[in-house]
Amino acid sequence: MTAYLLRRSLQALLTLFVISLILFGLISSAPGGIMSAYAENTDMTPEDIARLRAKYGLDDPVPLRYVKWLGNTLRGDWGDSLVSKRPALQEIADRLPNTMLLMGVTLLATLLIAIPLGILSAIKQYTWFDHFATTLAFAGQSLPVFWFGLLLIIVFSVTLRGADGRPLLPGSGMSSLGEPFSVADRIRHLILPVTMLAFVSAAGYMRYLRSSMLDVIHEDYVRTARAKGLRERMVIYRHALRNALIPLVTLVGLDLPSLFGGALFTETIFAWPGIGRLYFNAALKTDYPVVMAVLVIYSGLIIASSLLVDVLYAALDPRIRLG
Amino acid sequence: MPETLFFFLWQRFRKHTPALLGGLVVVLVILLVAFAPFFSRYDPYQQDLLNRFSPPSAEHWMGTDDLGRDMWARVLFGGRVSLSVGILAMSVAIFFGSFIGLVSGYYGGWIDSILMRITEIFLSIPRLFVLLAMGMYLRALDLPNVQAGSFVPLSIVIGALSWMGTARLVRASTLELREREYVQAARALGAGDARILLQHIFPNVASPIIVSATLGLAGAIISESGLSYLGFGVQLPTPTWGNMLSNTQNQMTTAPWTAIFPGLMIFIVVIAINYLGDGLRDALDPRHIAGKK
Repeated sequence: MTAYLLRRSLQALLTLFVISLILFGLISSAPGGIMSAYAENTDMTPEDIARLRAKYGLDDPVPLRYVKWLGNTLRGDWGDSLVSKRPALQEIADRLPNTMLLMGVTLLATLLIAIPLGILSAIKQYTWFDHFATTLAFAGQSLPVFWFGLLLIIVFSVTLRGADGRPLLPGSGMSSLGEPFSVADRIRHLILPVTMLAFVSAAGYMRYLRSSMLDVIHEDYVRTARAKGLRERMVIYRHALRNALIPLVTLVGLDLPSLFGGALFTETIFAWPGIGRLYFNAALKTDYPVVMAVLVIYSGLIIASSLLVDVLYAALDPRIRLG
Repeated sequence: MPETLFFFLWQRFRKHTPALLGGLVVVLVILLVAFAPFFSRYDPYQQDLLNRFSPPSAEHWMGTDDLGRDMWARVLFGGRVSLSVGILAMSVAIFFGSFIGLVSGYYGGWIDSILMRITEIFLSIPRLFVLLAMGMYLRALDLPNVQAGSFVPLSIVIGALSWMGTARLVRASTLELREREYVQAARALGAGDARILLQHIFPNVASPIIVSATLGLAGAIISESGLSYLGFGVQLPTPTWGNMLSNTQNQMTTAPWTAIFPGLMIFIVVIAINYLGDGLRDALDPRHIAGKK
């Protein structure tokens, strides 16, 4: 087990190294270069830009720049945003709590919708309920998520009005302007973005759980449980459900990095000040240090979570041996 | 009736009503966009500033947009671009995926190790975020925005980030197939690697490839529309279903129809393709019992 962990961790580091190499190469070869953000600034003369290029070492060959970048990054200096001039890591840290709130609530809502629906659908296979739930899930998986967000705004923030004539639900931001912070207000602002995300991701979870439950129901040990006279409830909840939920570890585990990356579309559409929106704005303004920092951290989290999932899976399911 | 393979598959496929309907919708939409000029009297680029934001009517049955252009005409012509990007991106992904999967599964050993490491690397990057960065890159390249053709680099980028699932699927099938007796027989008779791979293994991995091509097409259409929506895909004024939605958030109070119809087209086409793929999987994979999964 220790040897396995060691090998996988080394592999993970190597993967992350290669990814950072590719991303750095890509970004530093970008046409217009890192300075293109300044090129539009009319206050700057070509001499100013040349001086900045020299200051940031942009005239060095790319491999040398990569080594410098790697050294700085490992020491915790991820560069400054070209737009705000603040450290890229600081920009990320400022947005992280907002994204984690949004994505945490979404994950919770997804599980609360998908687990009961998936199980019921499997137990009641081929009934009208099953057909209804699977059709809905199919639709959810085919929905362009940003368009769904626009529809939600049209219906709940534009068309429907509350008793006071204001929009029924806020379609933008984290809190109402000019009002003191309140939990109720925050929750009202969470409803639409969470609905947008949870509907689509619950669709995938639900289909996955349904099929995993169906697999388990036809296993021998479930038949044995029935044969020894256990009540159906006991068979389902005690024996079948426990094993059917194991694959859920994979799903949730692989979704964990999104607690960092958030939802690009949702945060852009609902003006949610999280990492997704930060990244979108950085890409618009070709703010390379921020783009690079978000990409590398996000990739690292994805690699770490897939390692975590494999280890957890082996811990939960004794039939699986790591090697 | 002839008892051919295709007849047999058709017998299985046609029992799957949603898939049949899905296939029908896909064919209809392809015909609509391919013969777009026959179905719309308007030019998708023709502005009519006196008729901005006119609501759906007999004249403009999807209404007009912020520059007075006919939405129906733009939806039809935008469909050409969106579907082309989808098909091209899917072809790129399927080509890479099949090639890597076949080679990896057939040769095994260090070739397999390296190719699977590369696959893992591609699976470990946040796809949408990197697509956006690539979109930023392509925008900075400032390619001549020719009405036809500007979507080619974008399609290649989407395809280059979407082949991993196919590669793993094809590799798993190839691993199993290369141990079969008929493959060993072919080898004993002196067939070379290329011949075995192309003549004996490839036809037998065609089913998973067809299924992932169908589902990949739906995914590529969604990717294009999302990127173009954010302004990092196909650039205006060339319409696509994605970039037609770009500015609609500011127009929602006055002209909600501009935000509804292009998205509805994406949704209809994607759900139709997904049902088609579902039916194909049931028909092509004998181990996969219809409706069970």
